[in-house]
Parts: sequence; structure tokens; C-alpha cells
Amino acid sequence: MTLLDVKNLHTSYGKVDVLAGVSFEVEPGETYALVGESGSGKTTVIRAIAGLAPAQQGSVKFDGREIRGASERELRPLRKDIAMMFQDPVGSLSPRLTIRSLITEPYRIQGMRQRDLDAEAKRLLEMVNLPAHFADRYPYQLSGGQARRVGVARALALEPKLILADEPTAGLDVSVQGELLNLMNDLRERLGLAMVIITHNLNVVRHVADRMGIMYLGRLVEEGDTETIFADPRHPYTHCLLSANPEPDPDARLERIALKGEPPSLLKRPQGCEFRERCPFAKPICTTVPPWEVENGHGLRCLSPMKAGQAA
Amino acid sequence: MSDTLLQIDNLGVDYETARGDLKALRDITFDVNRGEIVGIVGESGCGKSTLISSILRLTAPNTRFRQGEIRFKGQDLLPLSERRMRALRGEDISIVFQDPMQTHNPVLTIGQQMLDIQHRSKASKAEKRARAAKMLGAVGIPDPEARLDQFPHEFSGGMRQRIAIAMALMSEPDLLIADEPTTALDATLEVQIIERLQELQQQFDCAILFISHHLGVIAELCDRVVVMYAGAVIESGDVREIFHNPKHPYTRRLIDCDPGHIKTRARVLPTIPGEVPDLANLPEGCIFRDRCDQALPCCAHQVPPLTQLQEGHRAACWLNHEEVSA
Amino acid sequence: MSKSRSELSLILTGVARDPLGLMGLIIVGTIIFCALFAAWITPHDPIGMNIKDRLQGPSLTYLLGTDQLGRDTFSRVIMGGQVALKVALPAVFGAMIIGLTLGMIAGYGPKWLDNLLMLFFDTIRSFPTVMFALAVVALVGPSLQTVVFVVMATSIPTYGRVARTQTLTLRNSEFILAERSMGAGMARILGVHMLPNIIGVLAVLAAMDIPTVIALEAGLSFLGLGVKPPTPSWGALLKDGYALIRQTPWLVVGGGLPIILATLGFTFLGESLRDVVDPKLRKQR
Repeated sequence: MTLLDVKNLHTSYGKVDVLAGVSFEVEPGETYALVGESGSGKTTVIRAIAGLAPAQQGSVKFDGREIRGASERELRPLRKDIAMMFQDPVGSLSPRLTIRSLITEPYRIQGMRQRDLDAEAKRLLEMVNLPAHFADRYPYQLSGGQARRVGVARALALEPKLILADEPTAGLDVSVQGELLNLMNDLRERLGLAMVIITHNLNVVRHVADRMGIMYLGRLVEEGDTETIFADPRHPYTHCLLSANPEPDPDARLERIALKGEPPSLLKRPQGCEFRERCPFAKPICTTVPPWEVENGHGLRCLSPMKAGQAA
Repeated sequence: MSDTLLQIDNLGVDYETARGDLKALRDITFDVNRGEIVGIVGESGCGKSTLISSILRLTAPNTRFRQGEIRFKGQDLLPLSERRMRALRGEDISIVFQDPMQTHNPVLTIGQQMLDIQHRSKASKAEKRARAAKMLGAVGIPDPEARLDQFPHEFSGGMRQRIAIAMALMSEPDLLIADEPTTALDATLEVQIIERLQELQQQFDCAILFISHHLGVIAELCDRVVVMYAGAVIESGDVREIFHNPKHPYTRRLIDCDPGHIKTRARVLPTIPGEVPDLANLPEGCIFRDRCDQALPCCAHQVPPLTQLQEGHRAACWLNHEEVSA
Repeated sequence: MSKSRSELSLILTGVARDPLGLMGLIIVGTIIFCALFAAWITPHDPIGMNIKDRLQGPSLTYLLGTDQLGRDTFSRVIMGGQVALKVALPAVFGAMIIGLTLGMIAGYGPKWLDNLLMLFFDTIRSFPTVMFALAVVALVGPSLQTVVFVVMATSIPTYGRVARTQTLTLRNSEFILAERSMGAGMARILGVHMLPNIIGVLAVLAAMDIPTVIALEAGLSFLGLGVKPPTPSWGALLKDGYALIRQTPWLVVGGGLPIILATLGFTFLGESLRDVVDPKLRKQR
């Protein structure tokens, strides 16, 4: 059964429609990546799923149960099954608590005080490869990579079914980024976790995600298997994102497609296809609103898609 | 390429702290020639920021210059008076900072700020304004005349960074220091900024010292690369040499770690296990030894010198010394 | 428990390292010591009259001379310190605790509650302190408790507003979102996660507020609205001295000097505390 089923999710703050109908599904054990520029609504999607941001329309089903608009009381038992990781590795840890208190906080909140919390702290630190004496440290004494591991340990404390991770590698050096992704890949397999990962780093997506969705102005514009999308992006925006990825090789000849301008304001959404004004392949037909079409599990919102193999 | 603009020689900088002296920079040596783009790569704590603030002499009060020289056009900057230094910062050396959202004064329009930085010029206000508009046009801000009257918050992050570049180039400096100018931006905007910098560099013929931890950006933009680790230069050279023929294990493994060149889904990504050494309590010998999988016995006792291996390629590793490694 | 104690000792060492902080610590320590052991330190009964020794200058018997009723000024200064702290400490701590609670609720709770509490704070603030004190004294008569009540009531909004602003900045920080995502309730978020990050700022504010309150108590006593005579208070001493300034300057010195010293001491302490508690400032050192 589908673990997470998001349908037509809308979020507005006043007149600004941050999410204008987002739908996607995540199966148990699957990793789904949401990709897009800042302001595309990625963060709002996962916060809305977790009930931390409002969602005026649509539905969020977790394990078959509707959770959009649920009260904090109704959500509390589900919090065991959905864990979150936030962007700022150090800033998402309560600054005056020791690491021991931080990673055992989920047990306290869920009323599982009868457990041996010291032993749990030890087990969790071991799981994320941090030495046991870190339990007595404070967040400001940690490096970004270490704080990120603490974040992972806390997210895994209650053995959730789903992790919502917002830019889990942001602010980490490349050598540490690899460690974190390896750890997450490993834990995911061992524990059978499903994950939704938000990132603008496409290099990361390729190595962790089974499927990915590309967001633009609060909507998905393309969705499919990660490998298929990397090999054969159909939406011009996806193609631009993929080519805007400088390679660590001075001789790499990049067939880069320049993306014109910057994302438009959410207050003045363009008519027709919202990507039209920046699109290097826009045609007259693009003044009409493109529908969402799915073919062989590959979703696309474009009337002038790139042909298969054009990207290569 | 003999026309040296900036020459850093054996620079050693400490921070005085309660725990003792933090050896932030040790024996830093490299050059920047006129009209050249030099990249400085390194991970957090490698001393990039200390290096920039030392060149600009905008250092924290507990900074101590222990040894070495920073020569700009042949003149050592360290003994220079604050007044001369200020003139230099305005005229000959400019900087673009990492966070475009905090670079501009929020209560002044962009036009006012761009007029202010021309305060040394004797041109009329209208002329200064025209120059400002021209610069905005040059960095790709559409409709620059009208946008001069807007406030920083009316621009997006990518535009603000371009405005910051425009302002840095106003005085037509000989050296532009760019401190992670694309880190806070999305990949699409990052690419726009890099391409713009390349164009502008040719147009204005200034040298750029480009600091980044993003290897892809460095590879694409720079002519030469300086690799730093824990406060020391461990390798420097031509960009192709560095990326295709790295001579220091750290450089090699840093490039291996970048997932950008691993094209198929990897089960396990390469990493560099271990931690950067404590700068207040440096280990004996090579600073990278604890994390190095090729360490030799001599690495434990002797600091490898930064030696020239061939024209324009230097590395600090005993593996390149046949008499030791053999 | 041991954790909070070590943090306290860390803060104290931090303050003691700063010369101004050390001075503040010594002055405040002396005042508190004198107030606690007033009964043993005072060489004479602070309210015992001795008409034949009235209006004397300093001597070995009377360190700071005597007043018009022959009472020992030094003993009255010491006792006055006790009175000053009896007013200032409960008033400031009461105001801090009430202000903190209301401010955090205003900052974290629903918008309507925030508006209501802010209206309440603004209403209180709109009363001039002295007028308010006059009204209360007229109703219930002057006493130590009245002064404490007036001072506390009028300082609540200051603490409330600061606590509210701090709460508002913290409520959108990622670590609070993280707690919410784990299902932490309001009590836990406010008590365990917000309070430790707000209390430092308020403690600094309180340390800086104590001298103001001491001066206010002195002022009210000077106006005859404070503690009832013959209880010695620094303000009352100043008032007596002011009337007799031509006969002897020692009464004004006896009343004025401790007020100045206490103000300086607590202000130094507060400033130094602020530097130590604020991690941003700590890093720069």
C-alpha cells in the first residue's frame, strides 16, 4: 500500500499561492526527491505534510489515513512514524540541551520515559557513528557534519516509517556530504525507511533517490524515475537544472542551456505555461496552460517537451 | 604571465585565544598574476576566510601576523598605514561577499549606494549616475536606469549578487576578491554568475581571486588553483594539472568525493574519514597524515615542504620526493 | 542539577574576569552581605534615639555621625540597605516571573491572546509610576508591601515585552519547528526549549533594573510615600539630610552614597552579565 499519498495540495499565505496543487506518492522503503529553485515551494510541501504549514486544499494520506488539517492531538501518535530533518544542522538542535537529551527527546515527548534513555542514547550515537562521549556535548560544540548526524539519530529514534528531510546536505563539505549520504542509504536499507528529500543539489539526488519530482512555482512540472529523468529529461526546465551543474573537470564541454532571467514573483504568475518566459524552447502554443500528463510513470507538464534523446 | 599582481610569501597568521595561539595560516605562498583567475579551494576551517581578511587587512582584533609578506604590485601591505590601506581597498582591490542578502544597506536605494562608492571621483552627479547605470547593465540587470531608484529588498538574491559585483567593479580594480559568491544561490543562478564573471573579467581585465568549496565552479572558472587544508597550502598549479594530475592525496580524494563526476548511482560514495586537526594543537609532521591512506613513516615527523614539481605545479607531500618514498 | 550549577559557575567566572564585572560583583556582594548580617554589623540600634548625641559628625563611636534624633547614621545606612533589597528583590523577581510567563504566552499563543496581553501591558505602562504609587498609598497607606506591589506592577510590561519579542523570534527557528514536528506540546516547547534561551536576557534586564527600583523606593520614601518611619531607608535618610543640610552634610552623604554605589554595582554586574550570557558577544572575545 502507498505510504504517503499527496493529492492536489494547495497552500496560500494571503494572496500568495505558494503551493498550487502538488500531487505525488511515496511507497514504503522508497526515496523520493523534490527538486527546484528557491521559492518553488519544496520546503512548504514537507512542512504541510507534517502539519507545520497550513494547507487549505487537497489531501495528505499517510498509511491510508487523511492527515491534512488534523489537530495536534490527532497527529501526535503519527509523529512516531513521520520524522523530520531540517536545513540548518546546528540550528535545528535546541541550543541549551545536551546531545543525550536531544536524541532522547522523542521518547520523552511520546511518553516512553520507562525506557533506559541512557542506553538508547548510546545505541543511537553508535548507529550514526558518533563516539559515546558526545552525549554530554552541546550543539555549539559540534561541527556541521556531527550536528547533522545528531539530527539523523534523533529522526531515527522512534523507528519511523517516513523521513522528511529538508536539504540534508546543505552546509556540509563534500567529504562529509558523502559520509552522510552513505549513512542515510545504509540506514534506509536496514530499517526499510521511506524518505522524501528536498534538495537543489542534483548530484545528491542521483545517488539517493529512486524517483524525483521537479517543482516550479509551487507545482510539479516533471516526475519520474531518477535514472530516466537524468538520462532523458523532457521538460526544458528540468534540462536547464541538469545542465546548470558545473562538473569538477576543466575540460568538460557542457552543452549548457542558459536559463533566462529569474523565477517570476508568485504574486504575478505568468499566463499560460508559467515557465514560458524563461524557456529557451517556448512556442506559440505555450500561451495555453499545459495539462499534467503521465505516460509510463513519467509525469510531465509541458506542451513543447524535449524529444527523447535531445538532451544527450 | 610574469606580471605578478599579488604575491603572498610565507604568510603566517595566528589568532590569540584563551586556549593558546590558533595557527590559522602557516607558510602561505602563492601569486596572482594580472588578469588571471585564481581559485582557492578548501573545506571549512582551511583558513580561506582568514586569508581574505588578511589580504584586505580587515582582521579580527585578536589576529597576529607572525611572519611573511603580502605584496600587492610589489609593495608589502602589512606595514601600510590604515589610511593608505583604505585607499587601496576602494581603488585597487574590491571584494564580493558570500551572502548577497546582507551586502547592501537596506535603507538606501541601489542608485544612492552606487553614487556613494564613487565619492573619490570628481565627476558630476549625472555622470556618476550614468556610470552606475552602465555597470548595472554590464552585469545583466535589465532596465538599469529605472532600477537605480529601487531598494535592495526589491531585488532577488541572484540580482543582488550581480549588483554587488557591479559595485565591486565600479572602481575598475586590479584585483577582485570573490568570497564564495555563489554559495548562497541556486545552481541555475550560480551558473549565470560564473558566466557573467568570466565575461566581465575579460572586459575589465582584472585579476580575480575566487574562493569556493565547489570544485565544479573552480574547474569551470579558474586558470590556476590553490588547494588549502587546515591553514596551509598543500597544492597549487594550473587548473588542468590540479584536476587531471593531482599530486597531493588530499586534492585527489577531494576530487574523488565530489559526486558531480560519479555518473551512475553509487551505493557508497567516497569520503575522507577523520577530522581536520586542531589548529591550536597541531600534530607533528604532515597535517593530513591522520587521514591519509598513503602515509609514509617520515610523514609523522617532518612537515613536507611545498616544492615545485614542474613549471607552475607545487605540492606539499613526501610522496613526490623519490629519495624519501622509494 | 549539576549541569545548571556548572553553568552558573561558568557565568560567575566570566563576570569575575571582566574588571567592571568584578567591581560590580564586589559592590553587590558587600551590599547583600551587609543586608543579611545587618543585625550583627550595625554598631548601634538603627532606630534607637540618643538626644544628647544628635547631629554629630563622624567619630569612632558614630562612623558617619548621627541625625537630628541622635540615631547612628552608619547603622541606619546598613539597615536601609536591607530595606532597599527587601523592596527591590521581590519586586524585580516578581515582575520578571509574571512578565516572562505572560510574555511567552503572548509570543507563542494565538493572535487574539497576544493582542489582549499587549493591551494589558500598554495600559499599565500608561500610568505614571509616581501617580500610581500616590493613588495606591492613598488607598491602603504607605508600607513596604505597597512599595513592592507598585514597583512590581509597573515593571511587568517591560519584562513581558522583552519576553514576547524573544519568543516571537524563537518560535520560527528550526529547533522549535523540529520539536513541533516530534509532537512536543506548548508547555514543553515553552518550558524546556524557549525558557533557557530567554531567561538570560531577562536576568540581565533584572540586574539592570534593581538599581532603578532602589532609586524609586528612595524617591517614594523621600516623598513620604515609601516605608513608614522610623524604619530606615536610603530615601528617608536623604530626605532628613536634605532638611538638615546646613547643620550637617553627613546625612546626605549617608543616604546618597549607598544609592550611587548600589546603582553602579548592579549596573556593572548587569552589563558584564549581558556580555557573558550573550553567546554572540562571547564568541568575539
